[in-house]
Amino acid sequence: MSEDTGMAHPSVFRGVYAIWWRETTVFFREPPRVISAVVSPIIWLVIFGAGLGQSLSIGGESYQHFIFGGVLVQTFLFSSLFYGAYLVWDRKIDVLKAVLVSPLSRSSIFFGKVLGGVTISLIESVIVLLVGYLIGMQYSPAVFFIVLGLVALASAGLTALGLIVGSLMESPEGFQLLSSLVLFPLFFLSGALFPISNLTGPLGVVASLNPVTYIVDLLRGALGGAYYLDPNLDIIAFVAFIIIANLAGVYAFERMKS
Amino acid sequence: MAVIETSKLTKHFGRIPAVEGLSLKIEEGEVFGLLGPNGAGKTTTIKMLATLLQPTSGRAEVNGFDIARFPSKVRESIGIVFQEPSSDELLSGYENLKMHSMIYGLHDGSVEKRIDEALALVELTDRRNDLVKTYSGGMRRRLEVARGLLHKPKVLFLDEPTLGLDPRGRETMWGYVKRLVAELNMTILLTTHYMEEADELADRICIIDHGKAVAVDTPGGLKAKVGGDLVTITSSVLPDAKTLKKLKFVRAVEKKDGDLLITVDDAAANLQELLCKVGRVECVEVRRPTLNDVFIKFTGHELEQAEGGWFDKIVQQEVNKQ
Repeated sequence: MSEDTGMAHPSVFRGVYAIWWRETTVFFREPPRVISAVVSPIIWLVIFGAGLGQSLSIGGESYQHFIFGGVLVQTFLFSSLFYGAYLVWDRKIDVLKAVLVSPLSRSSIFFGKVLGGVTISLIESVIVLLVGYLIGMQYSPAVFFIVLGLVALASAGLTALGLIVGSLMESPEGFQLLSSLVLFPLFFLSGALFPISNLTGPLGVVASLNPVTYIVDLLRGALGGAYYLDPNLDIIAFVAFIIIANLAGVYAFERMKS
Repeated sequence: MAVIETSKLTKHFGRIPAVEGLSLKIEEGEVFGLLGPNGAGKTTTIKMLATLLQPTSGRAEVNGFDIARFPSKVRESIGIVFQEPSSDELLSGYENLKMHSMIYGLHDGSVEKRIDEALALVELTDRRNDLVKTYSGGMRRRLEVARGLLHKPKVLFLDEPTLGLDPRGRETMWGYVKRLVAELNMTILLTTHYMEEADELADRICIIDHGKAVAVDTPGGLKAKVGGDLVTITSSVLPDAKTLKKLKFVRAVEKKDGDLLITVDDAAANLQELLCKVGRVECVEVRRPTLNDVFIKFTGHELEQAEGGWFDKIVQQEVNKQ
């Protein structure tokens, strides 16, 4: 049959590539998404970091240096989660249906989308790192690439999380809730803006269960700042989060109604 | 050989029955029409056959593959054009087809040629590099037909292929469907709520109402079941139905809105005699039966009026949610 119709069994690699290609191509054709991806981290870094930095210092380092790792995480946290949850629009406008009716497996579709989210996060993170360099952050090329590697891995986990949310949402109206119920708690209780070592009680528990906490700590350390937690714990939590989020994501895609 | 065979296929959304015990057999090379009002279960049927919805009960085979047991085999062998546009607005026509070829695992060597041919078939060659958001509704539908054909499926599902198109767009689409059948010998399962469309395109039609198949036959065979020609007489003094029924060519007489509807054999030969019996008339209309008459005969209501009831709307919403 494959000779007859020119049809191979859909190769996993080509299928994943097709989805990734579609995701990145479409992203760059939507100017509002591109602009917000590029501009918002710069605004955060310059206004928040420089503004507050005039009057604050944490643990001996200037607040701008402290917050730099946090802003980097904020950048790809927001973009990964929103990118993933954007799935609900795909479903609304039916483009996903044409993919779901193809022989491509659900897991190939899922990983194509994860790679799309990782790509966009990497582009944004490069911009943040370059801007950081301009405002006085100093790091070697080696650190630059290690940080990007961590960003890619962290973004794979966070995009998976966003895709799970998107696959569960019934309609795009729930999109706003994502910010207040998922994003802000993850972000503010992660140590990105202030050290969480002083948090006690329920907030401290939430912070220690928050995967973003470990991502922030690991990245800040890699960028030459202080670790607030045990780096070994950071790495274990980081890897566990990525694996669990992706397994759960594949499961959510298998179960998603078409 | 049957390309599609269903046996008591049933789908309920909660307590709402969308498709009830549908048993069909569609042969290779056939254009098979599912004709019925909105909410009759046509789209639900297509979605089950395309493995996008799981049946509540019953079974079906597409190209010899059981839809429940071998969904990916089924998906490889079918093409589908959805009722709602599902092409990517931010990709060009060419890019949409390119992506489709990749997710269907087509070999690189033949892909470009196939895309060219598919675009030429639906006459979009000169718009191939324009983004789909600049296409008209008809062009977009045509692109999706091209996409559905790209991997040379054995069977193509067309769900309301001319819904929302203007009369010209509809005629163009009909032309493409006829070409697919003539040139590629494709098997096509078509749903529609336009009688003329089913009449024009389908070799056989299944009339479906409230999820149940009420009649399956060729368009000619269905019309023959209505029996004879329809003569409508308008007159201030209508004759007694009984006297007319004594004429041996009169099959049925019915009063409707002050008119007399008479079903007769061979109206051309017998009209003179009929009118003599009726006496003075103000207006006479003679016509061949249409599928609408067939629909009324089998369901007791008109195809067009059957749309938009609250029940149909609920079913439609449920279908769209899935």
